[in-house]
Amino acid sequence: MKTYDKIIFELSRPGRKGYSLPTDNYDTDGINEIPADLLREKSAELPEVSELDVVRHFTNLSSKNFGVDTGFYPLGSCTMKYNPKINEELCALPEFTSLHPLQDEESVQGALELYYNLQKMLSEIAGLEEFTLNPYAGAHGELTGLMVMKKYHESRGDHKRTKVIVPDSAHGTNPASAMVAGFDVVEVKSKPNGSIDVEDLKPLLDDTVAGIMMTNPNTLGMFETEIAEIASLVHEAGGLLYYDGANLNPLLGKVRPGDMGFDIMHINLHKTFSTPHGGGGPGSGPVGVAKHLVKHLPNPRVVKDENGKFHVESDNQEALGNISGFLGNFGVMMRAYAYILSLGKENIKNVGPLATLNANYIKENLKDDYLLPIEGVCKHEFVFDGLKDKSTEVTTLNVAKRLLDYGFHAPTIYFPLLFHESMMIEPTETESKETLDQFIEVMHKIAKEARETPQLVKEAPNNTIVRKLDETTAAKNPILTYRALKASEA
Amino acid sequence: MSHKYMPHSEEDIRLMLDKVGVESLDDLYSDVPASVIFSKEYDLPSCMSEIELRKHFKELADKNTPLTVFAGQGAYDHYSPSVIPHLLSRSEFYTAYTPYQPEISQGTLQYIFEYQSMISELTGLEATNASMYDGATAAAEAMFMLVASSKKRNRVLISATVNDNVRKVVETYTKFHGIELTVVPEKDGVTNLDSIDEELAKGDVAGVMLPTPNKYGIIEDFTGVADKVHAAKGYFAIYADPSTLAVLKTPGEWGADVACGDGQTLGMPLSFGGPYLGFISCNKGMLRKMPGRIVGATKDIDGKRGFVLTLQAREQHIRREKATSNICSNQSLMALYATIYLSLMGDKGLKEVNKLSCDGAHYLYHKLIATGKFQPAFNKPFLKEFVVKTDLDMKKVNDYLLKKGIMGGRIIGDGMVEFAVTEKRTKEEIDTLVNLMLEA
Repeated sequence: MKTYDKIIFELSRPGRKGYSLPTDNYDTDGINEIPADLLREKSAELPEVSELDVVRHFTNLSSKNFGVDTGFYPLGSCTMKYNPKINEELCALPEFTSLHPLQDEESVQGALELYYNLQKMLSEIAGLEEFTLNPYAGAHGELTGLMVMKKYHESRGDHKRTKVIVPDSAHGTNPASAMVAGFDVVEVKSKPNGSIDVEDLKPLLDDTVAGIMMTNPNTLGMFETEIAEIASLVHEAGGLLYYDGANLNPLLGKVRPGDMGFDIMHINLHKTFSTPHGGGGPGSGPVGVAKHLVKHLPNPRVVKDENGKFHVESDNQEALGNISGFLGNFGVMMRAYAYILSLGKENIKNVGPLATLNANYIKENLKDDYLLPIEGVCKHEFVFDGLKDKSTEVTTLNVAKRLLDYGFHAPTIYFPLLFHESMMIEPTETESKETLDQFIEVMHKIAKEARETPQLVKEAPNNTIVRKLDETTAAKNPILTYRALKASEA
Repeated sequence: MSHKYMPHSEEDIRLMLDKVGVESLDDLYSDVPASVIFSKEYDLPSCMSEIELRKHFKELADKNTPLTVFAGQGAYDHYSPSVIPHLLSRSEFYTAYTPYQPEISQGTLQYIFEYQSMISELTGLEATNASMYDGATAAAEAMFMLVASSKKRNRVLISATVNDNVRKVVETYTKFHGIELTVVPEKDGVTNLDSIDEELAKGDVAGVMLPTPNKYGIIEDFTGVADKVHAAKGYFAIYADPSTLAVLKTPGEWGADVACGDGQTLGMPLSFGGPYLGFISCNKGMLRKMPGRIVGATKDIDGKRGFVLTLQAREQHIRREKATSNICSNQSLMALYATIYLSLMGDKGLKEVNKLSCDGAHYLYHKLIATGKFQPAFNKPFLKEFVVKTDLDMKKVNDYLLKKGIMGGRIIGDGMVEFAVTEKRTKEEIDTLVNLMLEA
């Protein structure tokens, strides 16, 4: 049904409906008690479709998507690991999904226990004191963590610290989060191998620096071996270290961010802890902190008393404030909690090494055809600077699109910005050697095609539901609703 | 080493290590300084089989008590059609990433386009993003939009009648970002519009945010507000419950420039507070200040209709610290939830939802007043949520209701209680609620 091309509004027929509701047996007419000038004048134009219309429509749309369950998804920095099915079953239990967020604590002890346990488990894995689970996503975690940083300095009467240092190789969310939190961004340079240039960092560290945002391994998948020195330099200058947990996966079982000297970090539960990406979300971005920062974590917080009862604390005056309407994406936390228990301490320690093994295996197999700018053992991911043979003029974009023809998702492309033809590959530990071998074979095949029939690669994709889309016109003359689309076609 | 989520056999590992040219898995970390290697065992529980995991979750579930909900305060117990979880569980939807490769993401891109279309129909504005985390963060980022659009102004107004949990987040965001926030006082349960006039007269207001319905459930009258705000060269934002916009005057009809709010009311389970769905709508003039993902319709090189992420020059992955927001992951799957919900319900269904909720709320309201134990708090029009005054010991009443499996009205101040009624409540449940409250 990949030829299906209807928009739901185009299925609409007056009088059709897809719902059933009880008969209104109240003797009141509430709407009539509302003055007419507070009511909507012209009705919303929503589709009128049957239940089966809806089911078929969205089932057909789903067939136009590629997910982790469809095939290999080597998207660098996104950790597209398998999303276990048992987690989906457990998070749908009605004893959790039907809970109102403001219910009396006594009636939600099971939910609070799960919440509290997850806070503790993440603290152990991170090597930090406490976590808040309120942030909704990685970028939201960054923002929350930077607010902790700001609050810490201000609570000490240190108001000069207006700058946050971000490596030039960092993901765009880092500088953007610093901006939203009200900091000025200062870039520190990377060395050719992608590591932070400690000599470039030193002169930046003065008493106006609030802290530094880093990820380790860095964006190129390489471990920052000078981390201990960086940590002591930043701390000596009175700054704090923020760890971007986007690259936490290879560290599971091997390294804890707290032990590297980081004071604050976020974890993407939708990366490292297997919760689905959902086509863009919902995720969850818990933030962990060292002991001296716990009091600044946002309200509300889930705590346990000496009698083993769980409570929601909502008015800690030293907290940075509230960053979420309630307690965060609870449904996502349930899945991460189930994942940690499924692995247990016996298996979680193998996640990092096996993710790292998979990445290095692909890298070593493909570096004859693809340009590897940094030699050596990488961690969970690595970056190629496009095809080795530049004479074909086949770009990273072309290779990415050709991969779609072969039934693979593309790697992350044109990021990091350190290379012109970046192609960032992250396989995760859930993929088998056979899957990696198939990917390697196809990547070699594409390299061969680039040499022999470059036009074929440049015109890719050819086998997808739609081919190359006109993004320029879409941006120049945005058509963002069905109403606008109809008007444009009229 | 074997686990169902990690397919490596001992032989696989050996062959792969050979290819990489190292002896052991530990050697993959030989570059990591020994001082930071974690050589202990995690202090975590042992692994659980599926049977054990189910049992553990059942034990936790048994410590929760699902209740018959008569409160709201930003989260409402609306009806959730059976179809939705079935369609949401299509793994092509939920195991996909952000649709950065449009050729193999048309499913996600099209439902986002449909979502934008439907929310725009409800808000009466031209464009909608897809999506924000929740209503509170949507409101905070909408405030950033107002400031960014006004260029040189750095002060925004928010009504005291916006839900407290939303206002607190707006306070946090604006404080850290460096925007001055002024809370407009309330008067008789609604925004004191005279105060807005006074603030606008100072000439430094970038924008104003008012709620519909407000935190007391009251439908406020914004007649003349848009003209005054615009005359003072400011922008007007409305924090709205999207479910109610099938019947209530829309942000577009009130002349607002921006609408924001929480899509939880579009049939989403209460889920102990999340995942929900934040939305922002605006007119085209403010589009380039909007945070988050936006999808546009276009054609492919064969002339076939398709959808792409568009206007990405606003976003963090392109603009870094100059972006309109840091948002990256959002609540996409909940946007799909809302799209399926609105497809099933249509305008008629949503109107029926509002009528049932509204009639139930008015039935409860009149019944409470008739007991003589409750008095009207404000005497203002409301839809599904309202506030009454009482001399009853509501703490005691609510404890009693809890024992009977009911979440009673929320105590929101001295002798003030908030109730919400949705289409899921029945006349019998309301009669029981009132009887139990009187016998408590």
